[in-house]
Amino acid sequence: MFLLSNVLMDPARAEELLSLAGSSLLPMLKGAITYTIPLSLITFAIGIILAVLTALARLSSIKVLNWIARFYVSIIRGTPLLVQLFIIFYGLPNLGLTINPLPSAIIGFSLSVGAYSSEIIRAAILSIPKGQWEAGFSIGMTYTQSLKRIILPQAARVSIPPLSNSFISLIKDTSLASLVLVSELFRKAQEIASTSYEFLLLYTEAAIIYWVICTILSFIQGRLETRLERYVTK
Amino acid sequence: MINIKNLHKSFGELEVLKGINLEIEKGKVIVMIGPSGSGKTTFLRCLNLLEIPNAGTIEIDGKVMDFNQKKLNKKSIVDFRSLTGMVFQNYNLFPHKTALENVMEGPVIVKKISKEHAREKAVKLLTKVGLADKVNYYPHQLSGGQQQRVGIARAMGIEPKVMLFDEPTSALDPELVGEVLRVMKDLAQEGMTMVVVTHEMRFAREAADEIIFFDQGVIMERGVPEEIFTNPKEERTKRFLERIQ
Repeated sequence: MFLLSNVLMDPARAEELLSLAGSSLLPMLKGAITYTIPLSLITFAIGIILAVLTALARLSSIKVLNWIARFYVSIIRGTPLLVQLFIIFYGLPNLGLTINPLPSAIIGFSLSVGAYSSEIIRAAILSIPKGQWEAGFSIGMTYTQSLKRIILPQAARVSIPPLSNSFISLIKDTSLASLVLVSELFRKAQEIASTSYEFLLLYTEAAIIYWVICTILSFIQGRLETRLERYVTK
Repeated sequence: MINIKNLHKSFGELEVLKGINLEIEKGKVIVMIGPSGSGKTTFLRCLNLLEIPNAGTIEIDGKVMDFNQKKLNKKSIVDFRSLTGMVFQNYNLFPHKTALENVMEGPVIVKKISKEHAREKAVKLLTKVGLADKVNYYPHQLSGGQQQRVGIARAMGIEPKVMLFDEPTSALDPELVGEVLRVMKDLAQEGMTMVVVTHEMRFAREAADEIIFFDQGVIMERGVPEEIFTNPKEERTKRFLERIQ
């Protein structure tokens, strides 16, 4: 309210803010395009692979695999993402292991996506009727062939909505990468704000950019669901 | 063709198969009947190793599986399974694949036949079960009877030595039962060895070479349909037939 009344009464101030909003848009978009989006995509791809492996380990009858998967999920889910990022980026150098900002972020976020999504994928695999496995076996398929050809394609359809949710969360979580010095969208906003002191304007602007990205993704999610549901009775 | 010796199967404490001995000749159609829980479906599932028996041996087409030994090799299980084709009560078609792809899946992925060749074969099989005009339909676009006929074509696709049917018409609307039974009769006439678990007594009468009556995990009685239906020896068989007719 204060900002609003302030601006309404002072045309010069309004112009100043508008110009800052305009000039800061480009660096922020650049941060989004060069870091936020690629970081999200790479992390998500690695994370899903990790998640499938973890889900399979959890479903496996091999005790050791099961135990490792449970431990991994428990550690990641039971500790804050920001703490994990700090351990990787600021902590590991104490062991002589220095990892650059971007790879640190990729490792941290991938581990996180892998753990959370493994539960989604495990549930999706379990939701496919046992008869589908048996049908695969009955035409001579091995476990791996049935999994790959019959079960996972169907599980993928079931897991699209929750995984899209994870992806959208991930995009927003990448703002934490600003704290391990990745110059992504939010870090750009912080940098500009620290010199101009226009915190409200710049952080709101950053919020809007995140919102636009996430809205576009929700739209793509809807399209993807329709496509994958073409073979399902409605 | 099939030779089963002393087959045992338990689920925990519950002994479902209590030593089954059975020999089936090539080209014969065997219909298994019996009350629910008598072990007939478990027996059928043991034949293609969807259930692994606890003891006994199964021989199909000269290949022997011995369940008395401790550990079974995974590959031998997979190989043995392709000797039989299974038709399920609930069809279990792959919902994300068309009728054609359902039938092609086994030949292409398991038998490593070229896609063109497999497609040709699959179209032939689907034509045989009367679905030439439905090859590109997804399962949900087909009626129950049509789905089950795709199920039969899919099982035939791997060129099994024996076809197994687990209550193939039980999930169908009454008016759709006939089309599935007709396909099964055609198969029987072509000389396919078949083991069928069913409650369709007309089919049993008309198509079976032999009826096997299962009760409480054993084969209680066996014989030609004429004999079993008109003059059963065992009291239990008599009572079962009275109840369902």
